Amino acid sequence: MTYLSNVLFAIVLIIGFGYFYLNIKKIIRNINLGIAVNRTDNAKARWRNMAMIALGQSKMVKRPVAGILHIIVYVGFIIINIELLEIIIDGLFGTHRIFAPIGVIYDVLIGSFEILALLVLVAVSVFWIRRNIVKLKRFFNPDLKGFPKSDANYILYFEMFLMTLFLLMNASDLHLQNIPGGFSHFIKAGSFPVSQFIAPAFNGMSNELVMLLNEGFWWLHIVGILVFMNYLYFSKHLHILLAFPNTYFANLNPQGQFDNLASVTAEVKLMMDPNADPFAAAPVSENATPSKFGASDIQDLNWVQLLNAYTCTECGRCTSSCPANQTGKLLSPRKIMMDTRDRIEEVGRNIDANKGVFIPDNKTLLNDYITPEELWACTSCNACVEECPVNISPLSIIMDMRRYLVMEKSAAPMPINAMMTNIENNGAPWQYSQQDRLNWKNEN
Amino acid sequence: MSESLIVPTMAEMLAQGKQPEVLFWVGCAGSFDDRAKKITKAFVQILNRANVSFAVLGTEESCTGDPAKRAGNEFLFQMQAMMNIEVLNAYEAKKIVTACPHCFNTLKNEYPELGGHYEVVHHTEFLKSLLDSGRLTIEGGQFKGKRIAFHDPCYLGRANNVYEAPRDLIQKLDAELVEMKRSKANGLCCGAGGAQMFKDAEPGNKEINVERTEDALETKPHIIAAGCPFCNTMLTDGVKNKEREGDVKVMDIAELIANAQDI
Ligand code: SF4
Ligand code: SF4
Repeated sequence: MTYLSNVLFAIVLIIGFGYFYLNIKKIIRNINLGIAVNRTDNAKARWRNMAMIALGQSKMVKRPVAGILHIIVYVGFIIINIELLEIIIDGLFGTHRIFAPIGVIYDVLIGSFEILALLVLVAVSVFWIRRNIVKLKRFFNPDLKGFPKSDANYILYFEMFLMTLFLLMNASDLHLQNIPGGFSHFIKAGSFPVSQFIAPAFNGMSNELVMLLNEGFWWLHIVGILVFMNYLYFSKHLHILLAFPNTYFANLNPQGQFDNLASVTAEVKLMMDPNADPFAAAPVSENATPSKFGASDIQDLNWVQLLNAYTCTECGRCTSSCPANQTGKLLSPRKIMMDTRDRIEEVGRNIDANKGVFIPDNKTLLNDYITPEELWACTSCNACVEECPVNISPLSIIMDMRRYLVMEKSAAPMPINAMMTNIENNGAPWQYSQQDRLNWKNEN
Repeated sequence: MSESLIVPTMAEMLAQGKQPEVLFWVGCAGSFDDRAKKITKAFVQILNRANVSFAVLGTEESCTGDPAKRAGNEFLFQMQAMMNIEVLNAYEAKKIVTACPHCFNTLKNEYPELGGHYEVVHHTEFLKSLLDSGRLTIEGGQFKGKRIAFHDPCYLGRANNVYEAPRDLIQKLDAELVEMKRSKANGLCCGAGGAQMFKDAEPGNKEINVERTEDALETKPHIIAAGCPFCNTMLTDGVKNKEREGDVKVMDIAELIANAQDI
């Protein structure tokens, strides 16, 4: 009988981790659809970023209420997962509280898990209230609808469910530990600062029933964790994993420095070289990929931008600080990130369905997801980049798409075209002659 | 007063075999925009007063390409950049000062990859260094006790982390520096960046410059200070929109210093 449950547990475990592994592989493949950029320089600064921003959550606490609650949930989640190790060993080998012999330390550990579980329950409840009763504006913007909106609540319910089960499991265990003369394998171990108050609920039940309940809680808890782990892939909650690589690979240059398009540099040099033969065709190297300026779809973005899209937590801090969004324009940097992820997933499904190759589907990120109107509303002020708690840059995607609109499609708004013509002809965005540049010197 | 302006060009300097301490990059707004020209002149007055050896490119200067780059036209940007770099390198420019955060950002961050390596400073940083080294002193308490709100230009602040120099200068005026609810890294854009200056805004329910001016007016300022010709225009329009041009002035830091000195 116990044997059977060990095997069953092993199977559940393999399915849980196996499916998780497959989905992680898919994410990595999809991120690699992006073009290559090198983000391995300056490892020291990168590790520091990751330690400060992902691990230390330095940017989260800029909004203190959400920040501190988030740290509780996060620390609680990480630490309670240590408990997972014990659960897995117990499950595989039919042991019970395998770590109990470490004595006092074990008591301290279990005790602190319990306190954290309670704190997490409180924090998650406050989050739920903020979302569903206080209705914080950034959670009700029109760009957040359908699944993304319920996703956040599902996660909160999940956490409540898991924490409650953890406490119930401990409470029933404690009840059985206290049966005079000892009951079955329930040794006296652990300390239960929280669940001791729940344990009396089991008084009056038969020992066998409580044991059955205990086993039920245990199973639900572990299966719940596995399901939750696999839910990540479908959810904005993926950030609990990806925040780490995302902050590591984030841009380290000053925010105002936009990347230099090397492909353009080559052509401009050729154009400006007085010795170049103007009628010669541009040299085409053998394996030159047909170059496209800017981005109209996810394959034109770089892999860091795609990683950004998977990492986005949909918190909307970017959107709530965006000047364009605040003044009622269509642009929402959060939507830029969500659209990008949706499109990556769509392309990924296309590849899966077509045995590993992408069959054009007459859709692109530009137009089908993101409209030029959104793109042109951006002032490139970097407020979204500054605000993002996990160092995402919605701006870099906006800029790459504008580049496509301007350089490939010549589809800039009229006044922008006029501005560019002026620069070309007069060296200034206005219609003044370059010869008049110093006139101010003699004017009154 | 303008007849007293001394504005040598790099070409004139070269003819005399001289290399100025610093090249003043005037920028398109500073050269052509009526409001921004006043900022340019104020800055030159201070340079003259402090006996700084400087020169401008004059008719050899061209747009840095910033608005083209932000609009997405990398071709035009790089052509502008390479032409400017050729000129700058021909004069062996080492240090550049500019009163425009957009020129500042582009010259400082985006020219190096195309072969232009210079020490680039914003005029507020340069003015502060003049004060710190004692080459410039401010007397006269014209702004004493006045409430001055400083608006952080995105391309100076968030983009390049220059927050303190302009604030230090305001405090040197014996003025009361007041902060808006959104300032420094959390500052709100004036609405002109990203080539927005040159087009109409997308449909919305408010103009960004009005939103930002409201932030500023909340601090009950006598003066709204900026360190960017574009911010200056946007906020001036915002103040007009709120019909407050009678009691609130929008001024550049250089103008504040020049006025305090009563040059
Ligand atoms: S950079 Fe663009 S998208 Fe980001 S906050 Fe500024 S205006 Fe909004
Ligand atoms: S981009 Fe960053 S700030 Fe914006 S919603 Fe995503 S995680 Fe939040």
